Amino acid sequence: MGIRDIADDSDTASFIRPRRPLDYQIRRAREALVHFILFACAFISIFTTLAIVFVLFEESIRFFADVSIVDFLTDRQWTPSFKPQHFGIAPLMAGTLLVAAGAALIAIPVGLASAIFLSEYAPEHVRSLLKPALEVLAGIPTVVYGYFALMFITKEVIRPLFPESDIFNAASASIVMGIMIIPLVSSLSEDAMSAVPRSLREGAYALGATKFEVARKVVVPAALSGIIASFILAVSRAIGETMIVAIAAGFTPNITWNPLESIEAMTAYIVQVSLGDTPTGSIEYKSIFAVGATLFLMTLLMNVLSQFFLHRFREVYE
Amino acid sequence: MTVSSEARRSRLLLRKANGAVFMVFCFLATLVGLIMLAVLLIDVLRDGLGRLSYDFINSFPSARPEKAGIKAALWGSIWMVGMTAVFAVPIGIGAAIYLEEYAPRHWITRVLQTNIANLAGVPSIVYGLLGLAIFVRQMELGRSLLAGSLTMALLVLPIIIIASQEAIRAVPPSYREGAFALGATRWQVVWRQVLPTALPGILTGIILALSRALGEAAPMIMIGALLFVPFTPSGPTDRFTVLPIQIFNWISRPQEAFHHAAAAGIIVLLAVLLGMNSIAIILRHRFQRRLRE
Repeated sequence: MGIRDIADDSDTASFIRPRRPLDYQIRRAREALVHFILFACAFISIFTTLAIVFVLFEESIRFFADVSIVDFLTDRQWTPSFKPQHFGIAPLMAGTLLVAAGAALIAIPVGLASAIFLSEYAPEHVRSLLKPALEVLAGIPTVVYGYFALMFITKEVIRPLFPESDIFNAASASIVMGIMIIPLVSSLSEDAMSAVPRSLREGAYALGATKFEVARKVVVPAALSGIIASFILAVSRAIGETMIVAIAAGFTPNITWNPLESIEAMTAYIVQVSLGDTPTGSIEYKSIFAVGATLFLMTLLMNVLSQFFLHRFREVYE
Repeated sequence: MTVSSEARRSRLLLRKANGAVFMVFCFLATLVGLIMLAVLLIDVLRDGLGRLSYDFINSFPSARPEKAGIKAALWGSIWMVGMTAVFAVPIGIGAAIYLEEYAPRHWITRVLQTNIANLAGVPSIVYGLLGLAIFVRQMELGRSLLAGSLTMALLVLPIIIIASQEAIRAVPPSYREGAFALGATRWQVVWRQVLPTALPGILTGIILALSRALGEAAPMIMIGALLFVPFTPSGPTDRFTVLPIQIFNWISRPQEAFHHAAAAGIIVLLAVLLGMNSIAIILRHRFQRRLRE
């Protein structure tokens, strides 16, 4: 802070080398202009958030003028394309949650175990190779995962094993989405475990604990809020993911626990409507904003929760 | 409580055996991700390699799968990513400079920072809805390259800002202090000291952000990037398609020949991404070396 104050106080500079007043004023004005432009750049992010909230809720309000919000939340059918139209979010929500839960079931144990291996067992040169290699998974475009889910997981694994399964099914999307979010869990959990002070581990070793006991009873509990933050973030990513469910999970609104059935996720519905040329102002057009607003609120809530846990973790150790 | 040494030894053995099992389990879990990555790549190569040729890259889409190519999608992607960079890079770096070098420790700054972190977590399809309502409809840009790249610019902005902030933060304070001591203004310090030093780190962030833009399909579907485009765009107001959309379109067709075209398109997409990421890795390496010196 001190340095900044001195730099602003140009009297210091003129004390060393006298300046002409005009030159000084131009310099001053240029600094102010730059400051303003940079602030405007940063402020665009606030504007973006406001625009998202405004757009989602403006169209949603129009939607709720036609469909009662009670029906939206309690009706168990979603049939926008045939009469009688029903707009109950439950089947889409169920589809999204089924896929996300399946993805979490894969990514959480695998990701956490990977994180423990990387942080507690792997020698440094192995870790510095494996961690970026795992992160490659997070950089693969989701349309590629969609292809993999439909063309490989469904056609060459699930269908041969379970011939009764639908060609579009929740299981293939779950499996592939689980793979996609492994690096989210493993990287963030590993960061959290690496930040646990050495002294805690050494204390446990001095008491005669084995490496496994140190990992399980000292490191993981100590890093728990950071680990939970990574779980929540990963599930939030799974809920907002679009292309995998649009390609592999189907467009059939369906409340089911059976992952071999075709379902429709919230994001897939938005894609489905956009693929047809829906006129502005029609109820379908408005409905994608209502679904989008629901999605936005769910992921926002989870992201804030994740940041809360991460913040708590940092307060303790950093 | 006395435990015979015999019993203690056998319990220690059990504890160690538990540990060994656990370690193997963790190691195998680490391999799961990597094996799936390998399976994915092999599957795509197996399906698509035979379809890959110069003609594939240089042909327009066609109703006949054996003639279809990615020319329109490839050029659409290049245009879209290029225009996204033009919009997002200056604003992203500007915002990062403001937050790191100018912003007072103030509640407004904290709000800005939290807001950027939250924007990075907004699902891409929500950006698509934003682009559809604001750029396509309200600003009447239509389903054009301009609307698409503005939407994509908003989507990658948080990534560029966060990466640039980290690069700027890594510049040692002594660089700034030296320049301030010589009487430089804050902007002179930023422009001549901080930015040149942070540049490789910032470029890495930009490349990662543009890789994301290249691979995103959902927001482009919302914007209405066309599924069938038999032309290359010639200006920002043209309609367009991009590689991920073309791939999505081919996956949705029933004929298997189109699926092979999709796999070939994926190979091209992954190859471009691999190239971009290799550059990012080289830059990051040089950046770390320079800061160590």
